[in-house]
Amino acid sequence: MSASAIKAPNRRSARPRFSPARLGVYALLVSAAVFFLLPLYVMVTTSLKPMDEIRLGQLFAFPLHPTFAPWIEAWSTACTGLECRGIQVGFWNSVKIAVPSTIASIFLGALNGYALSFWRVKWAAPLFGVLMFGAFVPYQVMMYPLVRTLATVGLFGTLPGIVLIHTVFGMPVMTLLFRNYYASVPVELFKAARIDGGGFWRIFLQLMLPMSLPIIAVAVIMQMTNIWNDFLLGLVFAGRENLPMTVQLNNVINTTTGERLYNVNMASTILTSLLPLTVYLISGRWFVRGIAAGAVKG
Amino acid sequence: MSNVTIENLDIRLSGVSIISQLNLSVQSGEFLVLLGPSGCGKSTLLHSIAGLIDVSDGRLEIGGTDVTWADPKDRGIGMVFQSYALYPTMTVEKNLSFGPRIAGVAKAEIARRVERAASMLHLTELLGRKPAQLSGGQRQRVAIGRALVREAGVFLFDEPLSNLDAKLRSELRRELKQLHQQLGATMIYVTHDQVEAMTLATRIAVMKAGQIQQIDTPAAVYARPVNMFVAGFLGAPSMNFIEGRIECVNGAAHFVSPTLLLDVSSYPFANPPQNNLPSVLGVRPEHITLAPPGTDRAGHATVSLVEPMGANQVVWLDAQGVSLAVDADAQFVAPPDRKIAFAIAPAQVSLFDLQSQMRL
Repeated sequence: MSASAIKAPNRRSARPRFSPARLGVYALLVSAAVFFLLPLYVMVTTSLKPMDEIRLGQLFAFPLHPTFAPWIEAWSTACTGLECRGIQVGFWNSVKIAVPSTIASIFLGALNGYALSFWRVKWAAPLFGVLMFGAFVPYQVMMYPLVRTLATVGLFGTLPGIVLIHTVFGMPVMTLLFRNYYASVPVELFKAARIDGGGFWRIFLQLMLPMSLPIIAVAVIMQMTNIWNDFLLGLVFAGRENLPMTVQLNNVINTTTGERLYNVNMASTILTSLLPLTVYLISGRWFVRGIAAGAVKG
Repeated sequence: MSNVTIENLDIRLSGVSIISQLNLSVQSGEFLVLLGPSGCGKSTLLHSIAGLIDVSDGRLEIGGTDVTWADPKDRGIGMVFQSYALYPTMTVEKNLSFGPRIAGVAKAEIARRVERAASMLHLTELLGRKPAQLSGGQRQRVAIGRALVREAGVFLFDEPLSNLDAKLRSELRRELKQLHQQLGATMIYVTHDQVEAMTLATRIAVMKAGQIQQIDTPAAVYARPVNMFVAGFLGAPSMNFIEGRIECVNGAAHFVSPTLLLDVSSYPFANPPQNNLPSVLGVRPEHITLAPPGTDRAGHATVSLVEPMGANQVVWLDAQGVSLAVDADAQFVAPPDRKIAFAIAPAQVSLFDLQSQMRL
């Protein structure tokens, strides 16, 4: 590393590092970064300011007396309607919704993809077509029938109900993802396992799932952020007790008694988006790798 | 060790008939090679023996039991694939023991089998590795080992050496032959490589378009091919074909063509040939001898190309428009464009009917 760094200027002397074209590219990149980071900057600084400073109306000013009080208030005492237990209630609700939904939708998607790729199931192609069609039908069309259906089976407004909804809506994309991944697995591997005596479940659980780690990482990222960011399904199906963080955030912001607490609102918003943000920052590399692994034939 | 009997086998894949009315009987302990160009149905046949492809009609017996509709695992077979097909997330040891573990074999017995297979295939030091940490040759050894630990009655090989480089291929080929001698197991081996077929087989079945053209010992298939397809498929460079006629001169049959005249009265005709029958003379490159021009020989030709092989050389002749390959001594000097005489040993030629392409 250090050796190559020392040698680099000599080798590259033919090509100047800062040509006018380069400068232009950097200028564009920097201004784009500033443009997209500015809202985040405003959110973070505002959330750290006491209300006195916010009233001065200097949006871009750095906080003079930074305080974490708004964050604490947002987490534990902010009012979401009549209750004033902060956004933490929503956080744990979201965890309770997102974790089982992510696991269930990925497991079922992997199972579907595996069955469609390796077992010659009758009507597999039309079934897959219907599933794909389902992926492109807007939510709103299905909303009312789903409400009626869930109400009939007594799952409307319950935690299992919302988990089921997320699982069902996640299935088409998860199935597609895993089917394409398994399409790149040589079919001889499956045949060898068949000769070794593996049945449907054993080949899936002991062979295919352990091989699917890269694509499972992709699926976890997709499902986790999707379900976490969902607002509409949570609002409609989760029920009062299980409202996810996004819905609670909306309630925090819309509940005003007197003055609008911009710092608390900003802190709540950052808290809500913290999970998807971290997931992307940590796993961006895996995400790209997993997508590429599915695209390139092994 | 089991024998395999196939009766009136029909296989159609999505409406297309791949194999029809095929009969084949493999003796216990035999090394049978299915040889043919790609798309001839040899792999399909092997996969149907393994139970990986459903047959449309016919009967399949392994070791005296009807297994036409049996599950792959119940057929008493072990299989080795061209792409190794090792389980990537498992170590070599787990790869080997996967089958017996599923079958519920006792732990001590599994350990014994793995140990035995590993020592036979020189895998003992590699047992803790994952397939990705192995070379191509080692991977294929593991795949062979995986078939071994199943202690199957029949071993099926689907072009197992095709993914390896030339040196490894010949090495592993020798190991396979040794393994067959050691185990005495029944092996069915699919390949398009005629060298593998010639060196490994007890019997070769040459296939074309879903049908077995000829099934016999390698020597017999090589020396007495039943038709022009088999004749041309085996041997490198392949057999020379010269078109002409059979003419009876004073009661002795002669092969007559613009290129050469050959007394074939000693040829073991299946049926006495008609006079003037349009036919094809097939002669292998090693059965043509070269001599300086002017000598009283079967024919004359011009040298068009020389391919030195080290131990020998292949001299390509242009004999009045017919291209002939001759296997010559490395010392023989044959510069291009030189006129040259050649002779053919009548005892070693094959004659075919031009129309039906069948051996006369």
